[in-house]
Amino acid sequence: MKLLVAVKQVAALDEDFEIRADGRDVEADFLIRDVNEWDDYSLEEALKIKEAAASPVEVVAVSVGPEDADEALRKCLAKGADRAIRVWDEAIEGSDSIAIARVLAAVARKESPQMLFAGVQSSDHAFASTGVATAAFLDWPHAAVVANLTYTPGGDTAVFRRELEGGVLHEMQIECPAVLTIQLGINTPRYASLRSIKQAAAKPIEVLSLQDLGIAAPDVGESGSLSRVRRMYIPDKGRAEMIEGDVEEQAARLAQIIKDAIGGAA
Amino acid sequence: MSGILVIAEHRRGELRAAALELVSAAQAAKRGAADKVAVVLIADKPERLMPHVSVGGVDEIVTVKISAHDFDPDALESAVGALIAARKPSLVLIPHSIDSFGYAAALAAKGGFGFATDVFKLGYEGSEDSGQAGLVATRGGYGQKVNVEVDFPGKDTIVLAVRANTFKPPEGVSSPTVTEFTAPPVRSRLSSRSFIEVSSGDDVDMTAAEFILSIGRGIGEQANVERFQELAAAVGATLGCSRPIADAGWLPKSRQVGQSGKTASACKLYVAMGISGAIQHLAGMKHVATIVAVNADAGASIFSVARYGIVGDLFEIADALRTHFEPGS
Ligand SMILES: Cc1cc2nc3c(=O)[nH]c(=O)nc-3n(C[C@H](O)[C@H](O)[C@H](O)COP(=O)(O)OP(=O)(O)OC[C@H]3O[C@@H](n4cnc5c(N)ncnc54)[C@H](O)[C@@H]3O)c2cc1C
Ligand SMILES: Nc1ncnc2c1ncn2[C@@H]1O[C@H](COP(=O)(O)O)[C@@H](O)[C@H]1O
Repeated sequence: MKLLVAVKQVAALDEDFEIRADGRDVEADFLIRDVNEWDDYSLEEALKIKEAAASPVEVVAVSVGPEDADEALRKCLAKGADRAIRVWDEAIEGSDSIAIARVLAAVARKESPQMLFAGVQSSDHAFASTGVATAAFLDWPHAAVVANLTYTPGGDTAVFRRELEGGVLHEMQIECPAVLTIQLGINTPRYASLRSIKQAAAKPIEVLSLQDLGIAAPDVGESGSLSRVRRMYIPDKGRAEMIEGDVEEQAARLAQIIKDAIGGAA
Repeated sequence: MSGILVIAEHRRGELRAAALELVSAAQAAKRGAADKVAVVLIADKPERLMPHVSVGGVDEIVTVKISAHDFDPDALESAVGALIAARKPSLVLIPHSIDSFGYAAALAAKGGFGFATDVFKLGYEGSEDSGQAGLVATRGGYGQKVNVEVDFPGKDTIVLAVRANTFKPPEGVSSPTVTEFTAPPVRSRLSSRSFIEVSSGDDVDMTAAEFILSIGRGIGEQANVERFQELAAAVGATLGCSRPIADAGWLPKSRQVGQSGKTASACKLYVAMGISGAIQHLAGMKHVATIVAVNADAGASIFSVARYGIVGDLFEIADALRTHFEPGS
């Protein structure tokens, strides 16, 4: 029995950042890397299923990315993932979520898990599409924004609740194996202990190439994608009037705005 | 390749507002009269929804009868896929919504269509004569701190999931032609069971509050929540929050503002402290007339919807603000 968890090393921007000379991304020096927040929840969901299971369950974390994605995978190992796989090849550079999904699907074919979990979306580019596209390449059933899951490892079906706009839940049943995209708040992710973080540093990360997965280079990167980034730019800051001055002055102005507005509203 | 298909979303028998916004998005993208706009109704009783989509700018309604009453990703993917194969549209617009998260990427991946999500701007650029005219879609990147333009080289059909509340629904009515389309049979691997309304036992109605003070992850830890409860009470505001605060259980879910929480419908003044301005948070408050954002990061995207901005430490601002609302002050 195996559960596969897709984890992404996302990037946040440094306060002062610069757009790359070709105008198509931010200069890499200004990117601060971290595990996608959603992936903490999907890993936790897999670990919970493993811990509650009557028979052995293996939790495998997989990330598509260059070496710095190891950091994300080590965090998963520290929290209790049994194995970690990283896939990389220069040709993957420039991939959109669909090309990444093609790679994840190949890993799933190799590992044949009973379930694949992905995050609802990534905090950097918010495609909200990698997980469901992976299911398409596998021809597996799929569901998005899962906020509650009832699944017994090895079961033919799972029952889940997807979280709709306004917070209403929609309960559905799905055939397994399936791909589910996991929503924030489905559980309370654990922290890794210092000891397990140290132990994880010594654990191996399996590194796979495109060749290992039988993927041709043109099927990833720009040529394997359904969209291409043409230009990235900093948008106009909009209409906000910035309240300057020291803290006292700023707070006094805010107090005045509040008093004016309440007076007007009442 | 011509024509624009708008996939109308509905839930529990009701058309969702995004369907009409997409008609306006289609108008914005139209290259000329030859680009007909067709609204597609995929439902168990599609004819019931027809009057609601007979609005200005709609040339045609396509009805597709399926057996599922509620959301069925397999049926939707198969029906839209068959429609694209039959009609070869240049553009297919879908709302960027919880439902589309569930099937749009699978549709695009299988069909190899051009594809982008959370698009808030779209249009053709370049001249058609030179054969260079291509669709350009704009979305956000790095937590909305940059705009990203994407194009779709070599793609004849492009599927775009369009952000809600971006295009205004069209005005006026129309008398579109109606076409029935028969979807191929599909065996769905999912079934719908029930809808569950979540109530959290908190008696506050965020949708009725006129003045909301909202806190986000910037408050750091649970122990700080109380300070803001006191501050909200002192200034006469209802305390609201972003999602991480509710997910952590620091405030009841009923206080969460945003796409999966409450809409600040009656709000006139919204003070956001330590909230970055994620699209899903903005969905619940960006319409408010006066928004004041307090954030340590001058680049936070909340400042792009705020009327007033304060770059600074929210604790310092909160303490200084408090002194203006002491009894007797
Ligand atoms: C389907 C879906 C539905 C969602 N629904 C909702 C929803 O209904 N509501 C919602 O809010 N989110 C929702 N989200 C989550 C959303 O994407 C964001 O993750 C969330 O809004 C982030 O909350 P935040 O701004 O509090 O946290 P962060 O994005 O972490 O921002 C914290 C901010 O605090 C600032 N800060 C830190 N310290 C200080 C300080 N000392 N002083 C001043 N500023 C400080 C930082 O600069 C930062 O901007 C949803 C997501 C999905 C995928
Ligand atoms: N490079 C990647 N490696 C592994 N998983 C990924 C990668 N990119 C996206 N994902 C998965 O897709 C989710 C985010 O979806 P998206 O917003 O479509 O990128 C993440 O939470 C991961 O589960």
